Amino acid sequence: MAKAAGRKIYWIWWGVLSVGVGGYLAAGLLMKSAAGNPWLSPARSMFLPGKTSHGHYQIELACESCHVSPFGGREALQESCERCHGQELKDAVDKHPRSKFTDPRNADRLEKLDALQCVTCHVEHRPEITGSMGVTLARDFCFHCHQDIAKDRPSHEGMAFNTCNSSGCHKFHDNRALYEDFLAKHLDDPAHRARPQLTARDFREVAASWPGYPADRFPLKPLTAADAPAELMQSREIVGDWLATAHAKAGVNCSGCHQAEQEGAAAWVKRPGHKACASCHEAESKGYLAGKHGMRLAEGLAPMTPGRARQPMHAKARATELGCTSCHGAHRFDTKQAAVEACVGCHRDEHTAAYERSPHHALWKKELAGELPPGSGVSCASCHLPRVEHRVPDASAKRTLVQHNQSDNLRPNEKMIRPVCMSCHGLGFSIDALADTRLVRDNFAGKPAKHIQSLDMVARRVKEQAQKRGSGSPASAEQK
Amino acid sequence: MKTGITMAVALAAAGWAVVPPAQAQVSYKDMADALHAVMESDRTVYTRMVVNRLQNEEKVIKATEHFKDDKSLPLPAQMFRFGSEMVAEKKMGFSYSLLSLWPVNKQNAPKTAVEKKGLEAVAKDGAKPFYGEETLGKSKYFTAVYADKAVAPACVTCHNDHKDSPRKDFKIGQTMGGVVIRIPMK
Repeated sequence: MAKAAGRKIYWIWWGVLSVGVGGYLAAGLLMKSAAGNPWLSPARSMFLPGKTSHGHYQIELACESCHVSPFGGREALQESCERCHGQELKDAVDKHPRSKFTDPRNADRLEKLDALQCVTCHVEHRPEITGSMGVTLARDFCFHCHQDIAKDRPSHEGMAFNTCNSSGCHKFHDNRALYEDFLAKHLDDPAHRARPQLTARDFREVAASWPGYPADRFPLKPLTAADAPAELMQSREIVGDWLATAHAKAGVNCSGCHQAEQEGAAAWVKRPGHKACASCHEAESKGYLAGKHGMRLAEGLAPMTPGRARQPMHAKARATELGCTSCHGAHRFDTKQAAVEACVGCHRDEHTAAYERSPHHALWKKELAGELPPGSGVSCASCHLPRVEHRVPDASAKRTLVQHNQSDNLRPNEKMIRPVCMSCHGLGFSIDALADTRLVRDNFAGKPAKHIQSLDMVARRVKEQAQKRGSGSPASAEQK
Repeated sequence: MKTGITMAVALAAAGWAVVPPAQAQVSYKDMADALHAVMESDRTVYTRMVVNRLQNEEKVIKATEHFKDDKSLPLPAQMFRFGSEMVAEKKMGFSYSLLSLWPVNKQNAPKTAVEKKGLEAVAKDGAKPFYGEETLGKSKYFTAVYADKAVAPACVTCHNDHKDSPRKDFKIGQTMGGVVIRIPMK
């Protein structure tokens, strides 16, 4: 009898435990807030079907970010991809847009490769087949549609189809720095330009007329210490920092950030978040939230920390929560500090470690010392947070924007060529340098050991065409 | 201009969507002819009144393939393609493209048997469209091919001088390619 009662207790315990564990797992899977909940996130992580790629691991527990509808199928997934990456593809003048493949004349190609769906080439949670740029197809996929390329381009005869995507040749989406006429235009570029200089930022000049800029609150008139609230004057360091900023020069008082509309108009916010910055710096904030530093915040998760990163980071920085002020520094907003010290304070990879020994850093030091004009030095931000042209077409507005999505020009790194490298270097040198992984690791201390043939091939073709024109033998004759 | 083309094509397509050809209100052929009338007119207006006037006559701006980099006008063929891509994004059902037996971009050479036959037919007799039916993927299409003629000196000079053009002896009024319109059949 006692034995039966003991067994019953075990069964009750088993039942309670089963319900408890099942409930815990179900809560982890089904509750959206589980992604940011320290108790429930381990339960949710058990449902990950495989290791997430380097582009999405920061938000891997926010399953709903990609899987917006449990029964939405591939179309719903496609919408999720386009929500984050659609504009980037448009900006890149995507060479293989969906509209190219919805044309029925390409139905035979679609049967071989469904290019209508991002996940055809970029399958998530499959680390064993994931290559660079998150591509999960065999590298020779160009063959399916371009198998007879050598007929049109005899120079490509014998080239293996797994080399099309090599550095400096072709990219599936973005060929803005690699198309033939662009290469032809830059055949004679020197390795170093005579006057290397990055574009200057110009927000100060255009802010008054910039669409959406709250000029009524911040009339762009310089403020003085007398304008700081009396109760804050006790912190002379903070006031001093603020007075030295572009904020004070543009009429942005303490309340501009600490009582920003987005943070609640009346309430004083001790530590304003990225939304306060976005009230004036909307485009910068958009870039930040799209990049690896800010994508967790964009998905409603706790901020990214170096401790959560897969790349090597300094142990002392592990717990630093990334936000605008983690790099820019509250009150001081020193862009020079944000351009180097903020980066090397966390990142511990070989490329970062080599920066201080690089010619780029030497130029940066000279700029800081006033020995070279602004824009002559090369900081981490010069390349990874580049200054790009930003337009608001409906308002005919244009300015130079610091792209705060530091991944934007790294996928692939040829995207860096035009807005960054070519400010100081020729096209050929830039292509060769980026193709040399060792040189990249050493932070460009030295010359490219690799040479990419694309410019040579274009030079030969230009020469052949010139000869053809000179000999007066129109190609049309061959067609008749 | 591009908006004009897109709106006209979208309006025509909307009419088709509301009154399906299967109900014998508008035949596939009539619908294709109507779509083409809009496309051809807008295309001619852009070529003559924008590109040819500003580039060839007034010489104030050029039309080039890399118009963003060059800060120039899009080529008439690009204008047409951008409109076609925008229509594709609207998922209206029908599609259209500009193809040629002598394409600058080799991807615009005929691929299907109907395309080839149609382009050859309109090259011989530009006044008479070519109509056919074909099955692509798992769908059946009514396919119409219309001659695309050189309507201005800009067409001829650009194609004859282009490094990738396989034919360099075009003359004004000649057929340079064809507009291919496909309507899914029910």
